[in-house]
Amino acid sequence: MRLAGTLRALPVMLRVGFADAVAYRAELLVWVLSTTMPLIMLALWSAVARDGPLGRFGQAEFTAYFLATFIVRQVTGSWISWQMNYEIRRGTLSMRLLRPVHPLVAYGVESLGVLPLRVVVSLPVAAIVLAVVGSGMLPRGPGMWALCGAALAGSWLLTFLVSFGIGSLAFYLESSVKVMEVWLALFFVFSGYLVPIELFPPALRTVADALPFRYQIGLPVELLTSAHGWPEALALVGRQWLFVAGAAGAALLVWNGGLKRFAAFGG
Amino acid sequence: MISVRDLCKHYRVHRRPPGLRAAARSIFRRPHVTVRAVDGVSFEVSPGERVGFLGPNGAGKTTTLKVLSGLLHPTSGEVRVAGHEPRRRDEAFLKQITLVMGQKQQLLWDLPPAETFELNRAIYGVGRDDFRRTMDELGDFLELGDLPFKPTRQLSLGERMKCELAAALVHRPRVLFLDEPTIGLDVSMQAAVRSFVKRYNEHSGATIVLTSHYMHDVAALCPRVVVIDRGRLSYDGGLEALVRRMRPERRLVLHLERPVDRVDLEKLGKVVALERAEAVLQVHQEVLQSTVSRALATLPVRDLTVENAPLEEVMSELFSRSRADLAAAEQAP
Repeated sequence: MRLAGTLRALPVMLRVGFADAVAYRAELLVWVLSTTMPLIMLALWSAVARDGPLGRFGQAEFTAYFLATFIVRQVTGSWISWQMNYEIRRGTLSMRLLRPVHPLVAYGVESLGVLPLRVVVSLPVAAIVLAVVGSGMLPRGPGMWALCGAALAGSWLLTFLVSFGIGSLAFYLESSVKVMEVWLALFFVFSGYLVPIELFPPALRTVADALPFRYQIGLPVELLTSAHGWPEALALVGRQWLFVAGAAGAALLVWNGGLKRFAAFGG
Repeated sequence: MISVRDLCKHYRVHRRPPGLRAAARSIFRRPHVTVRAVDGVSFEVSPGERVGFLGPNGAGKTTTLKVLSGLLHPTSGEVRVAGHEPRRRDEAFLKQITLVMGQKQQLLWDLPPAETFELNRAIYGVGRDDFRRTMDELGDFLELGDLPFKPTRQLSLGERMKCELAAALVHRPRVLFLDEPTIGLDVSMQAAVRSFVKRYNEHSGATIVLTSHYMHDVAALCPRVVVIDRGRLSYDGGLEALVRRMRPERRLVLHLERPVDRVDLEKLGKVVALERAEAVLQVHQEVLQSTVSRALATLPVRDLTVENAPLEEVMSELFSRSRADLAAAEQAP
């Protein structure tokens, strides 16, 4: 579908995606409860920091870090690889392929359709951050806020494209779920989701810097909690977008190759 | 409108016997076999034609339909639909076709069908006025009533199929691929779907390619049939001609005033069925007229009709003949 056509269809696609996301109220509640890992880590690390700060992290810093992690995870998460795995295996991807809109766009819009709901869940958490730690740790100036926006956008794109690429592996592997589980295991360790990257031993930190996981969660959280000055922040966001470009190329390569192998079984 | 030349679609399939040992062995070694789902099929379909694609389960009908609609990449051969190469899935191509599968759905499960209609309107770039006109027309043809506003998951199978058809036609495609659209529907809903498809074809001039295991669908909708078995074409032509070729005999259905002896009936032709005062005779076309006269003269006939052999029987015979021909060809030196 040409870009103009896609843009014209976008508002309806987003609205329908949102309507689909809020179809089940009970499921919604369970979903909110299932994304509270950063809050558990907050309780854990706050207890550790009670005896004294770890690096620059005292109790207030941990509170800001993990509540920001909660928010970033909410607004940048994408879980389409499971859906793609199911649709490719069961052949229901066929219905998506018949429409004149690239499935990458369709899956992307479906992921974004849930965003308003996640923002609503995140707002009270953001209010708590402000109430507990004040505005002292927030980014200063519109430039830094814009960089935070770019990092959040990059984080969502990177997470979505990785999910799309791994989902597309179902064309080759019959099931890509285990690959996603391996990715998630590495993500939990190296993204800063459970432990701030700053607290890693130097060698492990070098490894984390070179991997994409940090740019999915750690970087936007660090920027939102003013952990970096301008030059470093710019370099890190630049590196994040390089990962985004790489992930886009790899995801489309896997998708295009896989589509030729699609057997559309089950119908 | 559709042109297919030497189409082949082969799959590589992992084959594994049942049992623990086979399961363990499959971790290290996976034997594969090549399945020739479609093997050198050629045919043409003109604009506005209604063609029935027939064959037993696993014959390659659905695979062919999926290649024609761009879902599958052919292994070899040439395919053109509405001037496009389907496997490229160009926007212009996708806007001219639709595929309705009786066993798959495009309707959003948790939302009312009206949401899918609106989504398709936006994706296919249909103007609001055109959309309203099309939906009014489809609502009329399909007697949708307030079905589009109930959640899809709460619709019956037949109601859902009506909405599936409406969703698939929002963009007024020029080519409709229908893969078993009446599967699982009750008799009256099957009739409703058949009548809609025929009306739509006559009204819009759209080309229709249909697969179905229900011979009523084929008889009601398709003047021409393409029969495929084990991936190969075994017949392409008129349905009437196929029936005449396979079964040159006609069926004489006699409703009698009172039961008669089988011997009296056998003098007229082969007795296919005899139950109380109703008999079915099979007679050759050339002697049909004289047999009818003799029946009227010698039997207490209350009513008499002449029919073709049931399509199910014709198809079953065609499939078994083509399989026998294939087996013979494979054994030939």
